Amino acid sequence: MTALTFTLQKTLRFAINCSALTPNHLADKSLAEIASIMLPYGKNQLRVDEIFSISGENRQVIHFKNSSAALNYLGANMSSGEIHIAGDAGAYLGFGLKQGRIHCHGSSLAFAACNMQNGLIQIDGNTGDFLGGASAGLRKGMCGGLVLVKGNAGDRVGDQMRRGLILIEGEAGDYCASRMIAGTIGVLGQVGSYAGFNMRRGTLLLAKPAELHATMQNCGTHTLPFLSLMFKSFAGLDSKFASVSTQRVQRFVGDAACMGQGEILLMSANNA
Amino acid sequence: MLINGITIDDTFAEAFNMRGTRVIITAQNLTWAYHAANAMTGFATSVIGCGVEAGIERELTADETPDGRPGISVLMFAMGSKVLMQQLETRMGQCILTCPTAAAFAGITSEDNINLGKHLRFFGDGYQTSKLMNNQRYWRIPVMDGEFLCEETTGMVRAIGGGNFLILATSQPAALAAAERAVEAMKKIPNVIMPFPGGVVRSGSKVGSRYKTMFASTNDAFCPTLKGVTHSELSADIESVMEIVIDGMAFADIAKAMQVGIQAICDLGLASGVKRISAGNYGGKLGPHHFKLHDIMAASV
Repeated sequence: MTALTFTLQKTLRFAINCSALTPNHLADKSLAEIASIMLPYGKNQLRVDEIFSISGENRQVIHFKNSSAALNYLGANMSSGEIHIAGDAGAYLGFGLKQGRIHCHGSSLAFAACNMQNGLIQIDGNTGDFLGGASAGLRKGMCGGLVLVKGNAGDRVGDQMRRGLILIEGEAGDYCASRMIAGTIGVLGQVGSYAGFNMRRGTLLLAKPAELHATMQNCGTHTLPFLSLMFKSFAGLDSKFASVSTQRVQRFVGDAACMGQGEILLMSANNA
Repeated sequence: MLINGITIDDTFAEAFNMRGTRVIITAQNLTWAYHAANAMTGFATSVIGCGVEAGIERELTADETPDGRPGISVLMFAMGSKVLMQQLETRMGQCILTCPTAAAFAGITSEDNINLGKHLRFFGDGYQTSKLMNNQRYWRIPVMDGEFLCEETTGMVRAIGGGNFLILATSQPAALAAAERAVEAMKKIPNVIMPFPGGVVRSGSKVGSRYKTMFASTNDAFCPTLKGVTHSELSADIESVMEIVIDGMAFADIAKAMQVGIQAICDLGLASGVKRISAGNYGGKLGPHHFKLHDIMAASV
């Protein structure tokens, strides 16, 4: 069976909510039923077949072609299957993802992996602010799963992140790991200012030195045995992180401003 | 049955249901992994007085351990899950946590899990950190040499304890030399341990005693100095008896270890001073697992 494919046919003036187009929502629907699904578009609603041409049969593997940043909530609350996005994605990519895989071949806007619970999101391009963060009003962000970003990420990566793993091969913006509760974030590129701002717990793994604020305490350079396990778990990834192997790190703990015990681990330049 | 001139008695070893677990201990090098493992498996020869029976299963290369350091695989057995949990936590806390550079990981997966570092983490006094990797939770506890790394739980499985055989020889040195040879061969078998000192026990016991407070006492039928005094199982030429006790994860593991051990002794021949191989049982009334020597050795023959 060929993958169920949605090819964007028009230039969208407003963002459109695509949360209905996930494998679990479409599993039992005929092509006619899928075509007639109404998607919120500005103040109005549009039928799926007014926006996309539809082909293919396999509801467990969905492709979006000619995708654009106007497609919000791609893979939202998805609980099974795969979504492949040829192009860019809008905001809230993989919002509340429970299980399954999302591969975005382009870039995405803000709030990717917001409230994510499990599964895998790979973004080959860049992503916006609040990657793995919490949606408005919630006190916990991403609660599990893996997010792999090949490009750069915006500000506030992992804001209020509770569990899971975010790996960024490029750079990350300001306030990386802000208000982080637990989990792990790895950044191979440069991070912006105020990394670990109001961080409670969790680990921010950095390959390049960052300008840290005064309430991140330098605990010295150490050999941490758990890193070998962590890097071993990266070995199967299609990522630069698969080749990282060092146990030698400089450890910063904080944010002391909120009695936090989060840690920023700066990998040795020779091994990163 | 005669193998290479040595008589194999037509009897059986009687063994019991136990609960077992495996823990992988790693360290900076094998020396320190052994220090940790030896401490953890110390005073763990018999459930009668120690609570658990524990021993080193084998050495692990760096490729075989979770953290890529040399390690030791330890097996631990108890009569019930509660005792096993208590003993494991106590020994983890006093022997592994304390040992420089040592780390501990689950060595077996099972539906039943028991705590490895789950409670030990409180030693961190709030500075402990957990990490979830590949769906397994690990605890990082700050200690004076750096960090102690420990998996949260390990698996617990149904196991068997008390497999055994007796080596009857014309002298004490002959019995011991044969026992050493057997243990050396049996150590290569996975999933089993020989929990007594050097893998050998000289004080085999029978159930009951003439003293009310004792529920086990010396196996007088196999004590050479009591020939003529008691109902002895020993002929005139037997001067010493050594026993090898085996605990294992499954019946087949113990049977294999017994076969390999007995065969190693038989390979020495009559000239070694070993005359007979026998086994300890309680008439088949106490333990559900019977290891019949003739059946086990039939494969070798």
